[in-house]
Amino acid sequence: MIKIVKRDQPSRAIFFFTPVLAIFLTLVAGGLIFFILGFKPFEALKFFFIVPIADKYGFSELLLKATPLCLIAIGLSFCFKSNNWNIGAEGQLTFGAIVSGGVALLFYEQEGFYILPIVILAGAIGGMLYASIPAILKTYFNTNEILVSLMLVYVSKLILDYLVVGPWSNPEGFNFPETRQFSDSAKLPLLFEGLRIHAGIFLALAAVVISWFVFYKTYLGFQMKVSGFSLKTAKYAGYKGKKMIILVFLISGACAGLAGVGEITGPIGQLHREISPDYGFTAIIVAFLGRLHPVGIIFASLVVAITYLGAETAQIFMQIPKYTGQVFQGMILFFLLASDYLLFFKIKFIGSKK
Amino acid sequence: MIIDINFIGLIIASIMASAVPLILASCGELITERSGVLNLGVEGMMIIGAISGFALMTVTGSLIIAVFGAMLAGVLISTIFAFLTQTLITNHVATGLALTIFGIGISAMIGKNFVGIPGKEFPVLFEGLKDTIPLLGPILFGHSIVFYFAFALPFITSYFLKKTKIGLIVRAVGDSPDSASNQGINVRLVRYACILYGGAMSGLAGAYLSMIYTPQWIENMTGGRGWIALALVVFSTWNPIKILIGAMIFGGLTIIQFHMQAIGVRIPVQFLTALPYIVTIIVLVVISRDSRKIRLSTPSSLGKSFHKDN
Repeated sequence: MIKIVKRDQPSRAIFFFTPVLAIFLTLVAGGLIFFILGFKPFEALKFFFIVPIADKYGFSELLLKATPLCLIAIGLSFCFKSNNWNIGAEGQLTFGAIVSGGVALLFYEQEGFYILPIVILAGAIGGMLYASIPAILKTYFNTNEILVSLMLVYVSKLILDYLVVGPWSNPEGFNFPETRQFSDSAKLPLLFEGLRIHAGIFLALAAVVISWFVFYKTYLGFQMKVSGFSLKTAKYAGYKGKKMIILVFLISGACAGLAGVGEITGPIGQLHREISPDYGFTAIIVAFLGRLHPVGIIFASLVVAITYLGAETAQIFMQIPKYTGQVFQGMILFFLLASDYLLFFKIKFIGSKK
Repeated sequence: MIIDINFIGLIIASIMASAVPLILASCGELITERSGVLNLGVEGMMIIGAISGFALMTVTGSLIIAVFGAMLAGVLISTIFAFLTQTLITNHVATGLALTIFGIGISAMIGKNFVGIPGKEFPVLFEGLKDTIPLLGPILFGHSIVFYFAFALPFITSYFLKKTKIGLIVRAVGDSPDSASNQGINVRLVRYACILYGGAMSGLAGAYLSMIYTPQWIENMTGGRGWIALALVVFSTWNPIKILIGAMIFGGLTIIQFHMQAIGVRIPVQFLTALPYIVTIIVLVVISRDSRKIRLSTPSSLGKSFHKDN
């Protein structure tokens, strides 16, 4: 017989084990889905998870996709740790890209070492501005941040669409929905010849280090943790709740904005209609899979980035629809949440011993 | 300038038609939330309903199977959410988000083979009466059965919650799960039922989109309507009748956008498309400003997990 017993304390070992379990279960379920769709499960999984990163180019692509995911998820972990549900990182990414792209276009055909820092800063500010909307509405008007941040995603994509089709479109661009190419000084340098991986990865790594320091070495990190556990306790302790809400939104907005900068000033070097394959939404999964821990998020961003690459490879080689990537992402989160049950409950097998 | 009175009737009817999916999904979610569960997966359940309805219609040729199949698909997908949040006591917000991401992915995967296939004509009722009454004729007659159901639903929902015993139980579970549980009510069971019902209504809303409103399958065709439906529940302060008003406002915004383009108003099309989202935010701000009123009307245990020891 099986009996379920509540644990006295959440198990710390299982806290870090469940993400691995979730990934394993996702692979099993994914194999099953491939089987139902009429593919050989092991072959499909191989094309999905191994072939894409088997060479140097593939590995660079993996890092390229993991960079924005990691950056955004680090930002989101500030929000989620303190019980703020910012799910509009996609919008903050887009708006950051718009502002930094606009600044980059101001420096059209100009060169100078000072241009890139200004462009990067502009992206961070753009993301912060956009994230400040749900934050201010939440703190001063008691408005639900989930719905506001999400609605703003749609708005930001429409603003981008308007700009690249209308006023910012390339005058010599034959009406393609894209802007002029940025000058070389406004682009993040590529790290290796022939590979697309660019200096944006250092932004992500910097974010990891800084967030680790803030979470575990500062009073602010402690306050966030307490508010996350219990808002009431935080109130009694006298923490300035409103200031913190705005601060964590600004941080996550800045990170998303920087991810947007990386997307447009990296290999592409211009604004166009679709700058992000929903990185802002996928990063929510990355944040949870990484347990809102900076190091965990690095691993999680690599794992989830594979689903993007795998979806492309599997489509080319096996005609597996590319949306399988999203299905995998949804499943990872499902399994992760489900296996968290083991954190709080033990499953005991009784009756087997005499 | 002579304005054709029937033309106004037609515009109102088209506003009502675009309000239908919002009413259906919102009324379903309202019941779910009244039982204390916040399901953010409406968009995902809706898109699953849309593809299931369209696919079943194409494969079986039967509209009845398609409509009920879409509702069943909504129920099935919401079962995942119910199992996770109620049995495994997961966080409502995160689980709902996973449901939406999963739903969009699965629907696109299934829908790959249905892109570009024309839909079937869905039968309308009282077509012949349309011209008998000026203005009211086009508003009242010549719509699908789902349309009439949607406009009756807020009243049925209101009656259910206020006047029936089961409605009272649902409200009790949402407002005070502990006392409900002490009264011998199976909180988990009630919440399961309310989540599955919400799934069925979202599924129906999706089927309305892909089978009646724009009879075809387009990837991501719900286009954020699920999220607007969630916002509508807040807008209504959990009162079904007010959902009707809210849905008409949003339907109106969608339709006005088309007509302004047709008249040739020189506003960028992207701004008009963004209007419903911007208005949603403004409305949310206005509604939520009065925090006391919101607190009074929000189901007290909304979004909080309930676990009875042992």
